[in-house]
Amino acid sequence: MSLYFLCFTLFCVGLYCVLRKRNIIKIIIGLAIIEYAVNLFLVLIGYRTHGRAPIFAEDQVISNMVDPLPQAMVLTTIVIGLAVIAVAVSLAIRIYEKYGTFDITKIRRLKG
Amino acid sequence: MKIILPYFITFPLLAAFLIALLSRKSKIAGELISNLFTFGLLISSWDLVKRVYLYKIIVYKIGGWLPPAGISLVADGFSVFMLLIVNLIAFLVMVYSIRYMQRYTDKWKFYSLFMLMLTGMNGIILSGDLFTIYVFLELASIAGYALVAFGIEPQDLEASFKYAIMGSLASIFILLGIGLLYSYTSTLNLADISWVLAEKPQGFLIGFVSVLFLAGFGLKAALVPFHAWLPDAHSCAPSPVSATLSGVFIKTLGIYALSRIFFNVLGVSGKVLFVFMILGILSMVIGALLAIAQNDIKRMFAYSSISQVGYIIFAFGLGTPLAILGGLFHLFNHAIFKPLLFLNAGSIEYSTGNRRLDKLGGLNSKLPFTGAMSLLGSMSISGIPPFGGFWSKLIIIIAAIQSGYIGMAAVAGLTSILTLAYYLKFQTFAFLGKIDEGCKEAKEVPLSMKFSMLILTAVCVFAGLMLLPEFRSFLQSAADVLVSGTAYKEAVFGMIQ
Amino acid sequence: MTLIVKTITRLTVGLILIYGIYIVLRGHISPGGGFAGGVIIALSFIHLILAFGKEEVTRKIDESRGVFFASLGALIFLLVANAGFKGLRLAEHKGHFKVFAAGLIPLYDIVISVLVGAGLYVIFLALALLLEKREEK
Repeated sequence: MSLYFLCFTLFCVGLYCVLRKRNIIKIIIGLAIIEYAVNLFLVLIGYRTHGRAPIFAEDQVISNMVDPLPQAMVLTTIVIGLAVIAVAVSLAIRIYEKYGTFDITKIRRLKG
Repeated sequence: MKIILPYFITFPLLAAFLIALLSRKSKIAGELISNLFTFGLLISSWDLVKRVYLYKIIVYKIGGWLPPAGISLVADGFSVFMLLIVNLIAFLVMVYSIRYMQRYTDKWKFYSLFMLMLTGMNGIILSGDLFTIYVFLELASIAGYALVAFGIEPQDLEASFKYAIMGSLASIFILLGIGLLYSYTSTLNLADISWVLAEKPQGFLIGFVSVLFLAGFGLKAALVPFHAWLPDAHSCAPSPVSATLSGVFIKTLGIYALSRIFFNVLGVSGKVLFVFMILGILSMVIGALLAIAQNDIKRMFAYSSISQVGYIIFAFGLGTPLAILGGLFHLFNHAIFKPLLFLNAGSIEYSTGNRRLDKLGGLNSKLPFTGAMSLLGSMSISGIPPFGGFWSKLIIIIAAIQSGYIGMAAVAGLTSILTLAYYLKFQTFAFLGKIDEGCKEAKEVPLSMKFSMLILTAVCVFAGLMLLPEFRSFLQSAADVLVSGTAYKEAVFGMIQ
Repeated sequence: MTLIVKTITRLTVGLILIYGIYIVLRGHISPGGGFAGGVIIALSFIHLILAFGKEEVTRKIDESRGVFFASLGALIFLLVANAGFKGLRLAEHKGHFKVFAAGLIPLYDIVISVLVGAGLYVIFLALALLLEKREEK
């Protein structure tokens, strides 16, 4: 039970980072932390007590395995997270070229 | 021959990578391949509509694995309704952008990203599994972030960055909701989840998951507390991209996924419908009030999108069969006239070079075709009879009065008058009056752009005919799927063997 | 970069590439598979860029070749994926714990590793644009 609580704490740390930091790169790092927290939560859902890794081995008889479906979901989600962070960092680099700063309080040409 | 469903997802993906590969050799590979493939998809979706009218629901099991162990694609009345709209708008926007995108460099990247976005939207509409919806949602969203940043001005990058951060936060909320729902029901198939939920007692967890889904999909649909990304993103994107985003993207990712999950899987209760109604009313009013104050044409249209999506969610929140029919008809209408208006704004920008209302004027003498099309589009969206928008708003207001919400029906009527106000402002400042100095050299737009606008206007003018009993089955089968609620699982399981 | 880094890079880049291919080929027996192997293959190219500089490496493998390989990998993946639709009996597995069992899955792994490797290489080239601009000033 305390594991889920720690996972939620990691999510809140990432959320604080996205909401309160002023540097674009720190916001992107906060987004990455949120994503890792949700992936960790998905893997924790599949845990069974005294379970082993869901891989067949040739010489052992395995009776109790953890749930492999969340692990397949997390593989896909990690790739999606990579794509989002790549797009966000490319945008941040081009913003630096055009505006000359990474501070979001100074990047405010769109109003209304 | 039942193997047609996966090709809606495979063919745009094939087109995206073919364009990336062949564009080093030939200059026109992008336009040719994308137009051919979207035309083929339009013909296939029309064929699928006729087939679903016969069979009522088509389920395709991928690889032959039976659900719930395998992934399935499901096409029922609501899905083919959205599929036809998405593919029609995609084809017309592709024809428009043959000439419009001549002014940008690296055109092949635009066509490739657009095909990827079309793959994502088709995947969301056809999928029968919860996690498949998430994967295609992310695919379409990431293509959207990259397409919004396609221009050269600094504002485009700022708008795209804002959209990227808010959109990925929404997707993470959706993923959290999927994880919690999986932990409660131990299956990911939509029909199977509703089967399990019918037998287990629904406690606090389903309420929490509903809130997470409402926040996540609500941000994608631009409902009011979550709308802050939409004006920037839709006004700074190139016009074909704005037309697609505002016309079909927020409807597929937001409204279609939201209604599929809430009406068919989780089951609607009075509280959820009341929340839908409140969000709908807020979106309607705030979108319309903020739209009047705008000076930039595309920003005004973006706020108008927020307002009209509020109408649709309000109609879904009423819950009666007539209201859902009205909401779906308004979805169809808005998906026709909002791309028309954005393509008009693109034509104005192509001819005169700017899109601020205080620098335009008297364009009716220089751009007569564009002026006529935009006049018909504006009259339709403001709800002037006998165009299409009038009928859908009338059905929504009648349904609200029938359910007893007279105050909210009055608010909906007043918002329609506000809509008329800002579209009159657009017509007066842009098309009537004296010609401004900046647009003396404006010429009419080329033929391919005229073709798309003409077809959209024709559908817009004759859309009221869809309520006649011969054509009504198209809307009615879509409305029946939503009204039947959790009977979705019986329909899907009946077709699996 | 200094001479020590360049020498060690020359020695270890080939080993990293072979390790990536090993992880890809045993994707159906042990953890790993297409995506993880593809990332390690891309790491070997990125290691070359970090040690020798961008101009040296992009003279041999520039960005358009990377895009070409990524698109080619995705197209082959789509064509192979269509083999599972019509009921051709290629995708069944023929026994446990062998390298050539498991039907079409090793083929998917190899194609995904080409796609992911080329894709990550192109992404890194796009992200290295800022360094180039700052060096020009």
